[in-house]
Amino acid sequence: MTTIAQPVLDTPFVVGDREFQSRLMVGTGKYASNELMVQAIEASGAEVVTVAVRRVDLARSKDTGVLHHLDTSRYFLLANTAGCYTADDAVRYARLARAAGFNEWVKLEVIGDQESLLPDTAGLLDATRVLAAEGFKVMAYTNDDLITALRLEDAGAVAVMPLASPIGSGLGLLNPFAIRTIKHRLSVPVIVDAGVGTASDACVTMEQGVDGILMNTGIAAAGDPVRMATAMKLAVEAGRLAHLAGRMPRREVAVPSSPLGGMLA
Amino acid sequence: MAHLEVGSEAVAVVVNGDPREVPAGSTVASLLASLDLDPRLVVVERNHEILRDRDSFPRVELATDDTIEIVHFVGGG
Repeated sequence: MTTIAQPVLDTPFVVGDREFQSRLMVGTGKYASNELMVQAIEASGAEVVTVAVRRVDLARSKDTGVLHHLDTSRYFLLANTAGCYTADDAVRYARLARAAGFNEWVKLEVIGDQESLLPDTAGLLDATRVLAAEGFKVMAYTNDDLITALRLEDAGAVAVMPLASPIGSGLGLLNPFAIRTIKHRLSVPVIVDAGVGTASDACVTMEQGVDGILMNTGIAAAGDPVRMATAMKLAVEAGRLAHLAGRMPRREVAVPSSPLGGMLA
Repeated sequence: MAHLEVGSEAVAVVVNGDPREVPAGSTVASLLASLDLDPRLVVVERNHEILRDRDSFPRVELATDDTIEIVHFVGGG
């Protein structure tokens, strides 16, 4: 009997003290319905799912909470601090999220500008230090600046999350060089967060060698979110494998694939 | 408002940014119940201090001018 050994195609994806199978993390915002959100997340194969912290709408409290719809025994909830413009606010939201009782992880956002939604990197560093000292596992959403990424690692972030392009823009990976540089220099996982608009964006991003991708709008705002979630899953896997495989060298001249010899006289 | 017993007055608090009157002796637990909220699905902050222990909700009485924030998880990225 012949058995073919299953090749080890990927290395473990470890963030902090957790190991995940899927390198795709997804958000829960902007879906047309909760049913669609649940189906899309399922199709994405993601294990890590982000949520936001907001006031309960006391006028209609029944249907606004995401926990009514998500199976929290199945998904790892990653609370974000989206909408926070100061380190103090972000710390407050992170503490509220932890008090929900699921875990001590936070996707830390300190936004610096309403129009671009680019991070306030000084505030981000301050908040990272405070939260890391309190035992939080901080995944820090940042821009694609190497020095900020290095400082975030020093400040105790368990993962650094540079953007591909601005939040919700769908512009794809604007600076592959910057992302590669960050990945090359950091010890903690680099997970690209924001800007991935379609499957090819996800694939190219993973081909840079990053550890994972977090996306929301790229799936939620697609014409068919469930199909796009499936495409993103495949693209993340394809890009990861292509990175591990190592691409052929680029050449500016053609090189024949078939033998030159043996041609008929 | 219905007749209040001697010594019982309404207490003015602010809940999620809106002024609200609750009966004297109200607790965090009774406030959540009156709002039809499941304590396990929300986090409560009282005067900027998180009430980490949900078991304490029935014992935490609301006082005049308390600022209560009730938050939960919503969809986000």
